Amino acid sequence: MEAGSRAERPVGSGLPSWALGLIPLLLIAVAIGTFAALGGPGLGDRNGPPVEEVSVESTVLHPGQIELTLQNDGPDPVEIAQVAVNDGFAPFTADGGREIGRLGSTTLDITYPWIEGEAYDIFILTAVGGTITAEIPVAAETPEADLDFYGLMALLGIYVGVIPVSLGMLWLPFLRRLGSQWMAALLAFTVGLLAFLAIDATLEGLEIAAEAPAAFGGASLVFAGALVAYLVLAGIDAWLERRAERATAAPDATQGGASDVGVAGVAAGGAYLSLLVAIGIGLHNLGEGLAIGTSYATGALALGAFLVVGFAIHNTTEGLAIVAPLRKGGGEGERGLGLWRLLGLGVIAGAPAILGAWIGASAFNPSLAALLFGVGVGAIARVIVQIAPSMRDEHGRLLYPATVAGMLVGIAALYLTGLLVTV
Amino acid sequence: MAPDSTKNGISRRRLLGGAAALSVPAAIGLNGLVNGNSGAALATNGEAATESPLQGHEHGGFIHAGFAPDRVVDHDRNGFNPTEILRDFDYGKTRRLPSGRVLREWEIVAADREIEVAPGVSYEAWTYNGRVPGPTLRAREGELLRIKFINGSEHPHTMHFHGVHTALMDGMPGIGEDRGGGQIEPGEAFTYEFDASPFGVHLYHCHVAPLAAHIARGLYGAFIIDPKEGRPEADELVMVMNGFDTNFDGENEVYAVNTVGFHYINEPIAVPRDELVRIYLVNVLEYDPVNSFHIHGNFFHHYPTGTSLKPIEFTDTIIQGQAQRAILELEFPFDGDYMFHAHVTEFAELGWTGFFRVGDPSKLTAAAAASMYCDLPWGAKA
Repeated sequence: MEAGSRAERPVGSGLPSWALGLIPLLLIAVAIGTFAALGGPGLGDRNGPPVEEVSVESTVLHPGQIELTLQNDGPDPVEIAQVAVNDGFAPFTADGGREIGRLGSTTLDITYPWIEGEAYDIFILTAVGGTITAEIPVAAETPEADLDFYGLMALLGIYVGVIPVSLGMLWLPFLRRLGSQWMAALLAFTVGLLAFLAIDATLEGLEIAAEAPAAFGGASLVFAGALVAYLVLAGIDAWLERRAERATAAPDATQGGASDVGVAGVAAGGAYLSLLVAIGIGLHNLGEGLAIGTSYATGALALGAFLVVGFAIHNTTEGLAIVAPLRKGGGEGERGLGLWRLLGLGVIAGAPAILGAWIGASAFNPSLAALLFGVGVGAIARVIVQIAPSMRDEHGRLLYPATVAGMLVGIAALYLTGLLVTV
Repeated sequence: MAPDSTKNGISRRRLLGGAAALSVPAAIGLNGLVNGNSGAALATNGEAATESPLQGHEHGGFIHAGFAPDRVVDHDRNGFNPTEILRDFDYGKTRRLPSGRVLREWEIVAADREIEVAPGVSYEAWTYNGRVPGPTLRAREGELLRIKFINGSEHPHTMHFHGVHTALMDGMPGIGEDRGGGQIEPGEAFTYEFDASPFGVHLYHCHVAPLAAHIARGLYGAFIIDPKEGRPEADELVMVMNGFDTNFDGENEVYAVNTVGFHYINEPIAVPRDELVRIYLVNVLEYDPVNSFHIHGNFFHHYPTGTSLKPIEFTDTIIQGQAQRAILELEFPFDGDYMFHAHVTEFAELGWTGFFRVGDPSKLTAAAAASMYCDLPWGAKA
């Protein structure tokens, strides 16, 4: 080794390691700078006309007024020249200017006497004669984002989120009297329910991502969100476990066997698992809130009692899922989980519906929504992985009649109650 | 939920109010004469609005469809102005042949040129003599016409005249290439020669395939042959009804008379009162099967193709398919601004709308204009 390095010394072996790390970075910066300063030598001019990709981020309707927020999603700047509503040019002003730079946005304020209940096709002419189209399937006035409105959305969120989830949690005392077979089935019910939610949230996220500008990632936002959420939660789990190990290491060192970690973790953290389930369901309910909020804002939602009752029944099952992990800890000092903490779990799982309704009805951003749906999926996936070990029977099997039945019932419960709440 | 329903109630009332304001000018044939608010006031109080006809539009209210008010087309950069095109007749150069007959000659150059067809919207047009529509060629029945066509465009073109002539002079690709005619390649030239016949209002256009694209790009113009004995003196206007498919999807985004959408809204066509006005109307609109012309507050005599000196009807609306054309003759009995537009209302709202301005527009008030049509105060029952 010594002889070899003397014969042909590796490049830079005389430099400190920080310099070795920094030099390539500097060279990359210089190369990019030079390339840009010379205007991309050798690449020549663009082949063909500029690419115009503009997406319509939001549509707001006030009497005699249509407001469109546009986002430039393409590589070139786009200049808005004229706007036509239902094949008629209409006067407008552009709040963010007529020229939209890459990833920039502007809001067009179009003067047009639209009529409630009619459909509108809008085309926007760019300076080079290209068209951007927007559609208003059913025109209805966008609710003013005033106190009344936020109050209404909050009430709605409480109706469909907090109350039913909390009611579902009232099954806890009953669960505590069930046998271990029943407990496993119940956890399986939670897993089935969560799996259904994960699938549902993925599809919903992808659907929303399709409307979002591709430049921000589109569908990949959903998967990135899921991955990030999963990894972050896994990291937190590992950190908590290590802390728990350290705490238990001194009194009982032999308990820390590798095979026991999962079970020990679950045993120590029935409350923690419940919290995770509540967070996962909370993110799902954020999505539900978004759906309610946007539907309400676009006038597509009839706030009938039927819808509220449907959501309530649907979400009650979610409450049951939250308290299911607590049942296991029932006999092991978990009685300390008082009413307030239970209520806290209910709020964590249910209140995001309020937030979602607010966001959905006022500042809906499809990219952000897609990311949030992804985060929800990741959280749910992590929760399923966490719960699964405690479903194992004495032979270590995961799938046996009780758990399979539990999962099927969980899926069926969400599917069937979901039929009540098609927004 | 209670506050929500109240809110909807309010908005619905507001909407109804707005609709009423809009329907007033339409109902009395006064489009554009009053703005939305004073329209509502008229309906209830009978008060006169004294604003000029275009004010409401300029203020951004919705009286009729229109462009964003903050910019107009740069006619200097376009190299032509639709207001000037109206009365711009190209008589060419004439000399008398030994036979005594008049020879009339023109030189027409095809060129590719970017033009602004609506404020801020540019279009890669193909032009005759740098303008769309091309020059209005005007001759007299029986003359010998010679049109030297030089193709300065990057694409092959021809000039195909509607008229009576030989096959070689038809501007038809595939016919007469061996004699220098047919399809004229870039950089080449050809001289069309034929008799001015028959009298009427005709057109010329490029006939190279794909035909729709070559016409839609702007290669067309009006071609007028006056009868030997001439026509009664009049204020004469050329109106070529066209449109532009700016995104090349086979549908027009902008409709117009003489190229620039809504141009005659911004610059109403000034015409005399109680004098004969003659309109040479040509429809070259591509991609749509029919076009139409309608005038407010007046009727005109309709001479289809202008080939007869007798009108076939007295009307206020006609329709034309592509290449159909007509002479319209009318007199304006009252001062004021009178809208004209395609009564294919979609085209009207996409640019094919304008105003005639008769007399001194400052004399006009909405009340005065209203009295022309209605003796009764507003809201009174007959």
